[in-house]
Amino acid sequence: MKSLAISFLSGLVFALGLGISGMTRPVKVIGFLDFFGRWDASLALVMITAVAVYFAAWRISARMSAPLDAREFRIPSRGQIDLQLVSGAAMFGAGWGLGGFCPGPAITSLASGAPAVLVFVAAMAAGMRLHQLLVARRAQAPARASVLSPAADS
Amino acid sequence: MHDFTPVSAALGGVLIGIAAAAMLLFEGRIAGISGIVAGLLKPEKGETGWKAAFVLGLLAGGLLLRAAFPGAYDFGIIRPYSALVAAGLLVGFGTRLANGCTSGHGVCGISRLSPRSITATLVFIASGALVVYLVNHLWGAAVR
Repeated sequence: MKSLAISFLSGLVFALGLGISGMTRPVKVIGFLDFFGRWDASLALVMITAVAVYFAAWRISARMSAPLDAREFRIPSRGQIDLQLVSGAAMFGAGWGLGGFCPGPAITSLASGAPAVLVFVAAMAAGMRLHQLLVARRAQAPARASVLSPAADS
Repeated sequence: MHDFTPVSAALGGVLIGIAAAAMLLFEGRIAGISGIVAGLLKPEKGETGWKAAFVLGLLAGGLLLRAAFPGAYDFGIIRPYSALVAAGLLVGFGTRLANGCTSGHGVCGISRLSPRSITATLVFIASGALVVYLVNHLWGAAVR
């Protein structure tokens, strides 16, 4: 119960931060990405201060044996920089520049009631689902491949 | 539109940092919003409750903004629906392929000095800048 309350409050404060910072406004996002036009540097400051706070929290967490309200830290392992990471980030950036929304601000902005946000979020959910379905299909593929594989004949 | 808003940007960033830090220090989780949303689309046992609570918190914060800080929804630029559909598909698929977005890679990952996250962030900013350049300058879309 406590963990649900903390997650809820964290989401709430996160949304306030997104709204106050300008991240929920495509005009600010697109202005930030418009390096070759009239660049609006504001969102660089969002990242700088957010990283500064989180960096401190990260250093504190390194001295903790466990989180305050959970058994263990569940942090992504340091994987490889691969084609999936780079192509995925390139796709995400293209969509971010085209629409002016990334996932957090889009979800937050659903509260505005603007139909455009709903359209974006529905398409975003479809994109995520499509990836999940492709991953699930690929997971089945090797089994099929091994059955059909010529090596199985020998 | 090139109104530089350093104070609200910095303050908002601090709130984002505090919110993500709370998830780390209390729950041991990365506040990666694309992963959280995708997790709700394909629920895993024991992983759904906190993700749903976080998204409900985002929506509650969104409603609070609407009441107390309506300027947050002064979008300024609204692309046509066709562009928003393409953008949403790219954001949804791309963030799953890259396993993170602006929050997970851009804030949490960079703070952890993760080479993957630093790479992802540089790539998505560069790719976003390229698309904005193409849309604003080459295609001459009237955006402001």
